[in-house]
Order: sequence, then C-alpha cells, then structure tokens
Amino acid sequence: MRIDLTVNGETRTLDVEPRTTLLDCLRDTLALKGAHAGCEHGVCGACTVLFDGVAVRSCLMFAAQAAGSAITTIEGVTPGPGEMSLIQDAFCETHGMQCGYCTPAMVLVAHALLADNPEPTREQIVEAISGNICRCTGYAQIVEAIALAAERMRGVNRPKDSR
Amino acid sequence: MNEHRHRYVSADRRVREDRRFVAGKGKFVADIDLPNTKHVAVVTCPHAAARIKSIDKSAALKMPGVHYVLDGAELAGATLPLMTGLDTPNVPRRPLAFETARYSGEWVAAVVADTRALAEDAGEAIEIDYEPLPFVLDAEEALAGGVLVHEAHGSNVLLDKNFIWGEVDKDFTAAPRKLKLRVKWGRSSTVPIETFGVVASWDPWRELLDIYASIQMPRYADQIGVALKIPTTSVRVHYDVDVGGSYGVKRGIKHSVLCGYLARRLGFPIRLIEDRLENMRGGDAHGPERLFDVEVAFDDQGIVHSMKMRALENVGAYAGRSPFQLGKPIGAIVGPYKIKSVQYRAIAVVTNKTTNDAVRGFGQAPTNLVLERCMDEVANVLGLDPLEIRRRNLIRHDEFPYLIPSGTSYDSGDYHTVIDKVLVNTDYKELIAERDTLRAQGQLAGIGMAACLEPSGGNATFEALLNPAITTSTFMDSCRINIDGMGAITATMHTTSSGQGHETLLGTVVGEVLEVDPDNVRVTRPDSLNSLPSGTPVGSRMAIMLGGAAFHAAQKLKTKLTAIGAHDLGIPLERAIYNDGTVSDRDLPQMKRGWADLVNIAHRNYHRMPEGFEPGLAAEHIYQVPTGGVLPDKDGRVQMYPCFSFEFHLLLVSIDPDLGRPEIVKYRLGHDCGTQINPKIVRGMTMGGIAHGIGAALYEEFAYNDEGQMIAQTFMDYLLPSSHEVPAVEIVDHETPSPHTVLGQKGSGESGYLGAPAAIANAVNDAIRGLDISINTLPIKASVLGDLIAGAQEKKRNK
Repeated sequence: MRIDLTVNGETRTLDVEPRTTLLDCLRDTLALKGAHAGCEHGVCGACTVLFDGVAVRSCLMFAAQAAGSAITTIEGVTPGPGEMSLIQDAFCETHGMQCGYCTPAMVLVAHALLADNPEPTREQIVEAISGNICRCTGYAQIVEAIALAAERMRGVNRPKDSR
Repeated sequence: MNEHRHRYVSADRRVREDRRFVAGKGKFVADIDLPNTKHVAVVTCPHAAARIKSIDKSAALKMPGVHYVLDGAELAGATLPLMTGLDTPNVPRRPLAFETARYSGEWVAAVVADTRALAEDAGEAIEIDYEPLPFVLDAEEALAGGVLVHEAHGSNVLLDKNFIWGEVDKDFTAAPRKLKLRVKWGRSSTVPIETFGVVASWDPWRELLDIYASIQMPRYADQIGVALKIPTTSVRVHYDVDVGGSYGVKRGIKHSVLCGYLARRLGFPIRLIEDRLENMRGGDAHGPERLFDVEVAFDDQGIVHSMKMRALENVGAYAGRSPFQLGKPIGAIVGPYKIKSVQYRAIAVVTNKTTNDAVRGFGQAPTNLVLERCMDEVANVLGLDPLEIRRRNLIRHDEFPYLIPSGTSYDSGDYHTVIDKVLVNTDYKELIAERDTLRAQGQLAGIGMAACLEPSGGNATFEALLNPAITTSTFMDSCRINIDGMGAITATMHTTSSGQGHETLLGTVVGEVLEVDPDNVRVTRPDSLNSLPSGTPVGSRMAIMLGGAAFHAAQKLKTKLTAIGAHDLGIPLERAIYNDGTVSDRDLPQMKRGWADLVNIAHRNYHRMPEGFEPGLAAEHIYQVPTGGVLPDKDGRVQMYPCFSFEFHLLLVSIDPDLGRPEIVKYRLGHDCGTQINPKIVRGMTMGGIAHGIGAALYEEFAYNDEGQMIAQTFMDYLLPSSHEVPAVEIVDHETPSPHTVLGQKGSGESGYLGAPAAIANAVNDAIRGLDISINTLPIKASVLGDLIAGAQEKKRNK
C-alpha cells in the first residue's frame, strides 16, 4: 500500500506492506538506522521515536498508522553531520551510555521530557526513562545527563548576565 | 594517592565512542546492508526432547521469495561439530539439531528468503514430524541418571572434578563449629538489548568468507573455519562492528557456522538477526544455573578455617563454555578471606534446557554469593555482627601478595580501608537505627553486605585444570602503533567491543606514554586477517591486557624516537630526554629535535637515522598475561588471574510484609580496581553491574514448566531492572595499584555484579530472620518471598 510519511520534516510517498512496522519502515525503507530493534514487543524501548513530539515505540505500530503525523528520529534531532545537540552533548559529558544500543531512544525521551518540563526533578527523569531499558549503565549517568542538559538549556535561555 | 603521576590516565575525560552513539551512528550488525542479502529465520523444536522423524519442506519451498530450507542432516554432513573444550565426543553440538532435538526451542531447520518476514512465514509451512522423548530438567535428577540427554555419552555428567587444597579433614576436625548451607543460583543471563546477529558473505573467486557479527568471543574466526572445514585464512571477521551489549554471552558460533555454510552453499550474503524469542530460547545464551552445598568449619571467634563446597551446574543440553564456569572461581575460591583449606567438587550435567554460555564474571558471582551467605550465617550463629565477622576474616593489607589454597597469589588489596571509607560516609550505627525504625513501622527491614573479589586479566588456565588435554598457558592481547609521514598516530586493536570504551582506553594509554593528546590518536580495528592475536574482552581483562599491549608498543616508539633524536643531536642516548614529543639534550636544553623533525628523519632522511634502524615509526607488542604461562601442578593448584579488584557492598532493604517485594532504600559501594584509566567508564561499568546484579537477585529467571517449556519468553516475563528498580548508589573509590600491570590498573568489567546479588540476599535474610525463615535461592521473587513470609507469620500466630 502507498502511504505519505513525514519523517524529520520531510514527507515522502512510500510503498509498504500493510504489516510493515514503523520501525522496519524507518530502518529498511528509509535507511534511518538510529532506531533499534530490542524486543519487538514494546517493552525495552530501543525503537523509540517521537510521534508528534511524544515518545512512542516504533515496533508496536504499523508504518501506515504513522501517515499524517510528524515522526522524529534520532537523525532528526542531530543538528548536522558531526554536530551534537545540547542534549546529545550532555550524554557525552556524563558518559550516559556504554554500548550505545539504547542511546538514541534515551536521547529522544530526553528531548520529549525537556520540551515539556524544563526543570525536571530526579524522580521525573527516572519516570521518563523507566520505559526504556538500558542493560549497561544502571541508569545513573543517563539520569545525570538529562539533569545536566536541563540545567544547560535553562542557562542558554536566560539572558547572559543572569547566568 | 599520587595525583600527578599521570597526565591523561585517571583524568575525567570523555569517552570517544559516545559521539557516534548519541547520534544513532553506531555501526551495529543489523545496520549492515550488503547487496542481495537474503534473510534467515529458524524453525524450532516445540518439545523438550524429540526424535525428528521427517521434515517436509515442499510447501515452504513453493512460496514466492523463498530460496532454501536447510535441515540438520545436510548441515551435519557438511560441517564439523562446534568446539567445546571438553573431551566429550558423544555430546556433539551443532547449529541445527540432527536426528534428535534436546530442548524446547532448539533449532531444527533454517529458512532462507528475500525478507525476514517471508522466511518466518515459510517456517510456519514446514511440516516436521516429531516423536517426543523422555526428558530431564533438574540437575540432581540428571546427575542420578535415568533419562539420558545424550544416550551415546552414557551419563549426563560432562565434568566431575574433586579438588582438595590444604588439610581440609584436619581443619574440620579441629574446628569447634560447623555450618551447612544449600544455595541456589537461578538460571538467568545478561540478555543484551541487541540480540545476536551475523551477516556472512562468500566470495568464491577469492575463497573468502566475510563475517560481520555482534560477537564477543575468543578464537571466533578459528572456530568458524574449523567447523566449515575451510582454512582459517579464508575467514575474515570484521571487528569494526559495534556490539550492542554482551557482558559475556555474545557467542553466536552456531549462528555464524549456519550462516557461513548457507552463504557458501547459496552464493549470496546471508543474514540472521535473532528476534527476542530466538535470543532467549534458542540463542544458547543462558547463564549459570547452579546448586551449591557448602559447609564451613569455624571457631568461636568466627574465624573460618576451612570450607567444603560442591557446585552442581545445569549447563543445558550441550556443552558451551558453561562447564568451564565452574573453573574460574577456583582462582578466588576463598574470596577476600583467609580460609586455610578448601575441598571443591565441580560437577556439570546436561539437561533438556537451553544451552548455557559465558556470563559476566564467568561463574564468580554465584561463588561469591555462597561465600557471603556463609559469612552472614556464621555471624548469626555466633551472635556477632556480620561486619565484625568480615573484618576478622579478611586478608590484611600487609599480607599481600597472598597465596590462597588453590594456588593463586592475590596481587594487592586494602580491604579494611575500603570498608572503613564506606563507613565514614555511612555511619553504620545510623544505618542500623534506620533499619530498626523501619521495623518499628511494621516493615521487614534488613541490612546486607558483601565483600567480594573480581578476578581480572583473563588467564584462563582453568581450562587446563578441568581438562588436562588442554595445555594452553598463553593468554595475550596486542597493539600496533604507526606514526605516519605527517606525524599522525594510529593505534590498532584486534577485537570487537560491546560498550567497554576500548578505543578510549587505547587512546589514553598511547597518549600517556607518547605524551600527546589522546584525542589525536586514531584508533582502528583491522579485520581478523590483518590482526595480531587478541583474547577478546573476556575475564575483565582489557584494561590490563590491551592497556598493557598499548603501553609497551608506545614505549618501543618512544625509545626509537629518543634514539633518533639523540643520534641527530650527536649526543649519547643517556643525555637525551623525551618530553612532549620532543627530544632534547639534558645538558644543553636548547638543543632539541621536535616531533616534526623526528618524524621527518624516520620517514624521509635515512641518512640521518642511527645505524641499523628500520625506517618509519611503527611498533607492535603482543602482551602475555602477567603472572601467566604456568600450567596446573599435580595437586590442582595454579596461578589463575593476575589481578584482584575488591568491592564492598552495603545496603538497606525494606520489605512490605504483605507484598514480599524487597525495595532497596540505601546502597553504598566501596570499590578498588587499582588505577582507573577512565573514571567515567569504571563508574558506568560498576553501576551497570549493580543493576544487573539486582536483576539476578530479585527478578530475572528463565523459568521452565514441568513440560520443559521455557515460560519466561518475553520481557514481560523475564524482568530486566528499569530505572525504577535501580536505586541511586554512592560509590566510594579507593586505589590499591596492582604491582603486575603497567599502570597499576586492575579489571572492572564485572564490578558490581560480583557482589550485588550476595549483598541483596544477605539483606533480605536479615529482614526475615526475625520470622525464623531464610531464603537461599535466587532470584528472590516477590511471589515466593511473600508466600514464605505469610507462612511464617501464620505459624507464629498459631503458636
């Protein structure tokens, strides 16, 4: 079937099987490899993308269901080749990852959280990432990355002399 | 600590790998798209054991887009069984079951199709006629005989070794007190978020099999070549593939042999990426399932003099690396304690469960659990504080190097100081008061602790100890460094990584030695045909081994640069000083040759080179494991790993008696892994290890029902700790350098995991001791604990 899919601001007409998941469509049809398959039953969160700004599991929905909505992947929040967003930079600063497999999803969850809540508490950060399993880090440095990113974003948005 | 000893080592520097991962630009195996690749799905046996009577492929082969269906008979005829390390020729392990399938989920056939979805569809169209066979799931039943998993082997026992180190009988007779305990470590594993995957491509004109895989395994290319009966030089493993977590288990040799065979047979690239069910059920990546019977002999002061331990390992249906996981703990069989003599019996049996393979710590975490449960029970029997018992039994700082009964010498440690440092931050009396307050509020609350060792360095002489036919005493890693004609530096490593930050490690060490910014050291991973030997990241070894290889290779270059500078300055070598890449005259410091000069001489001005020198600036070093190179003696004593990191866990749990679910209220850790090359990496490893340990202690289990079906097949049944289950942990670092390593470093790849389960089990037992119950089976699931507590309360009420 033919669908119009808007990914990272660009709308494309694609021919997909009705049973194709959004995850498979992003990875196989659009060659956006930043979303990863972990469990393919909606528990681990490695496939997370933003669906109209909300973090969702791309393994649990069909590509056809995403037609008409704005999908943002990790490729869409990366400012440019070799350039990191403030949130991505914060993950590097705290080493909020190890193997990197769950990382794009964690970064997207952080983007969604901080867009809604610029001053999250530790508990709110823990809650926000609780649907994303990381097997490497025990989460501490991920929580710190998001807290650091929030702090820096608040600083960036304040007038210079009040920082 | 000497803060100015190093420039880049131990500095709080970023991890270079992170940049690509935050952008989703890691290169994982599923990201590799070779042209014309076909996809594999496997068909699995639904029975715990069954004879395969017939396989009807016809309907599947008629489906559009389906290219091939491979069965076990064809594959067994064309390939050799997989290597196991044990002398058990009648327990052959193959990628696809041949004649008999021996666990539910075992692979029986493989379908090749244009897409993975088509391959799965076609798999459902394959008709397999099975004759179900009797099966055995329990290790003790398997040990007793009866149902044999491999008829031709004659028993279910793969390994049964008894060791006596020291005067066990005498020490037991002399000791006034004894205590017995039965402890069970449940079947769990590391379960990385990326499943195992492999892409294989055969070029018949070059006779070359290219392999891209999510692998972490020694001798991977060798094993593929041997099984496929092609020269190992016809196998090219690409190590520049990012591995999405492993922690020991990414050992997909059966997947790789299967895909390698299909790629050669069919002539196009073949890809198999496990789905989660394949990974959990048939991926052969379960961890230890181990039953311990332990007895300790001690005195009225709580000094433990001797120990008898029997470990019975349920390795599943075939021999993976798992039987050897009974061997590694021999190198730290007494933990950090001065136990004088030990009897150890290690038994591995096959059952009709999924095959086990290597898991983080390689068997050490279960052993540590047993030691720590014993220490707590000894304290309980004597009415002494568990902290005091440990202090009395721990090896003291001035007793290192310390030789344990099984023949290994511990390198260094300062266990009492690490514990004291944890207690400075956590007033122990306050923690006890907090526990008692929780108890007064109606909660079951308990304090748990564990003092554990992390053997590191990966000197796997346990292989020779458990199988005398093996005479391997060489365990190496390598690095090659090249300084090019423009003066830029490239260092190589020769294996894959799965999140350990090895590129950062290598850059840091080379930068440290050559006194250049580590960020300017390019790190590459040549493929297996261009590589020097590597033991791969097992046994918590890379900081020691890759770090050691890089250090020595860099030293060779530094020596050469210094000699070139001295020669060009016309001064004796002893007057030349190397500083920040410049060689100067000690007596006339203004006389010097900078980096560009030195590089120019080496690359372009042979007439200025010292006589007999090779042109260019390249060096390599193949590094043998420190203290290694010795085989076991006739009494079964051997020096195992070179370095021993120490960790002391202290935590408080609270259990709502109606729910039975332990919640961690406070968690402190003292950690000593010698010199930390990158503190961010060490902290991450340790926190991740604790999280994994929480899972093994409380949540994770590959449970089976009585029919031999694995019932924890998804992440809804096999529970991985989320951010809610992992508490904030305060880590207190201490640094006791190892005398055996180039920078004083020890391993930390398994830290946290080696003690967390023991500390949590001790905390839960402290919490429920007042009810006259105990629990020594992991995982301690809320359902089990809740019933146990309810039963005990009922009994108390009825009294």
